Amino acid sequence: MNLTLKIWRQKSPEKKGKMVDYKVTDISEHMSFLEMMDVLNEQLINSGEEPVAFDHDCREGICGMCSMYINGEAHGPDRGVTTCQLHMRMFKDGDTITIEPFRATAFPVLKDLVVDRSSFDRIQHAGGYISVNTSGNTQDANATPISKHDADEAMDAATCIGCGACVASCKNSSAMLFVGAKVSQYALLPQGQVEAVDRVKNMVAQMDLEGFGNCTNTGACEVECPKGISLENIARMNREFLSANLKG
Amino acid sequence: MSGFFNSSIGRKIAMALSALFLMFFLLQHLAINILSVFSPDTFNEVSHFMGTNPLVQYALQPVLLFGVIFHFVMGFILEIKNKKARTVKYAKNNGAANSTWMSRNMIYSGLFILIFMIIHFLDFWIPEINTKYIVGDMSGQLPNGEGFRYYEELVHKFEPIWRVALYCIGFVFLSLHLLHGFNSAFQSVGANNKYTKGLKTFSKIYSIGIPVGFILIALVHHICH
Ligand code: HEM
Ligand code: SF4
Ligand code: FES
Repeated sequence: MNLTLKIWRQKSPEKKGKMVDYKVTDISEHMSFLEMMDVLNEQLINSGEEPVAFDHDCREGICGMCSMYINGEAHGPDRGVTTCQLHMRMFKDGDTITIEPFRATAFPVLKDLVVDRSSFDRIQHAGGYISVNTSGNTQDANATPISKHDADEAMDAATCIGCGACVASCKNSSAMLFVGAKVSQYALLPQGQVEAVDRVKNMVAQMDLEGFGNCTNTGACEVECPKGISLENIARMNREFLSANLKG
Repeated sequence: MSGFFNSSIGRKIAMALSALFLMFFLLQHLAINILSVFSPDTFNEVSHFMGTNPLVQYALQPVLLFGVIFHFVMGFILEIKNKKARTVKYAKNNGAANSTWMSRNMIYSGLFILIFMIIHFLDFWIPEINTKYIVGDMSGQLPNGEGFRYYEELVHKFEPIWRVALYCIGFVFLSLHLLHGFNSAFQSVGANNKYTKGLKTFSKIYSIGIPVGFILIALVHHICH
């Protein structure tokens, strides 16, 4: 198929960017979206132009590096997939596709479609962990019984890959789905209890400091999340936050 | 706790609590208004009680005023903060693909409610305050002394069609506001669990039922008088 691409080009964080039109031809519907971008970049390199910078790593939907806001949606029109898992069969011959970076004050553009998501790392550093003694006499994980229900919910929360689609989709650029998932993952397990109070307080404080917006429960994040992280995680974080503050 | 109220989640919870309080008030308001259709005498008596009871006037009324003001001021603050969280807009954004119109436009439905409330205050509340506390007439009687004035005043207000129309539009916006807001408030305070389905149904019924109730009462008075 032949496509027209409207892509955000920006040389560096300080430079002003703009949308630029490109044409690509003979794109197979079996290609992934990133493979289509590779075709475009080869074309650009061959004609002596600067290729479009975009993030990617695993290309199998597990690392969360690929981003892109495609036709007005994070990771494009398909559900439950990252951009690397989005296939060109979702588009039609002759389509015009708009491709922009994830937009949020807390995700500044570095170059073209590449944004800096290290604000997520700093939130994780603020409390997204448990402290375990790894001196050699580590306790066997199965020695602590956990109900199937809790284990399942914690695992579901833990599938968050930190891609930032929730922030990109949210009209308020809120990071609550991501932080909700990271808080829930531990809040549901006995191992997470020791640091529970500080964890939720510190992670929320860091989230606010980074300049993410406030949740208005539109639910856009849940729909666009490639891992199907549920809004229940935000409600759980709100409960955790309230009880942590009541405890002092 | 000071950190709590300066945090995003703390503000959200405060917003939700103020909203839930308003939902409770609205129910009470509708219940009294319904009396005006079925029993003007009871309506008069209840109105007189609410208008002169010191507990209602000096305790509940200020709390209500505070609740309303807090709610829309916090709504504006959150809106400004959220706008700052994304200064460069998308060239193409397909919001309809992942969320409802109501949820994305709370500030606009809210602004309409605010305009409606200002007019509503000028229509009903300011004259009440004037009669009772400026003129000093706490009797609740008509000028000719032939009984209570509340029902007469209410019916008189709904004579002009423009006011009835405005009233109806105001409640349509309230309904849109609540169709997202009521359920959202439960989520904000952390109530998203096995009872959520029931809560969702309940909030839908409330969000449509209550505004329709207010609209019907206005129409009945307009048509019957
Ligand atoms: C006076 C004008 C009003 C304005 C400007 C306004 C504005 C807003 C805004 C901007 C929000 C979204 C806040 C957020 O970010 O969470 C909101 C939420 C809400 N509003 Fe209003 N509102 C008004 C009046 C009302 C009234 C009269 C009611 C009910 C009787 C109401 C009920 C709600 C509810 C239930 C929510 C959801 C709270 C939550 O999500 O936690 N609002 N309002
Ligand atoms: S919650 Fe979903 S959308 Fe948000 S960072 Fe995690 S995986 Fe990505
Ligand atoms: S490149 Fe790893 S998830 Fe897409």
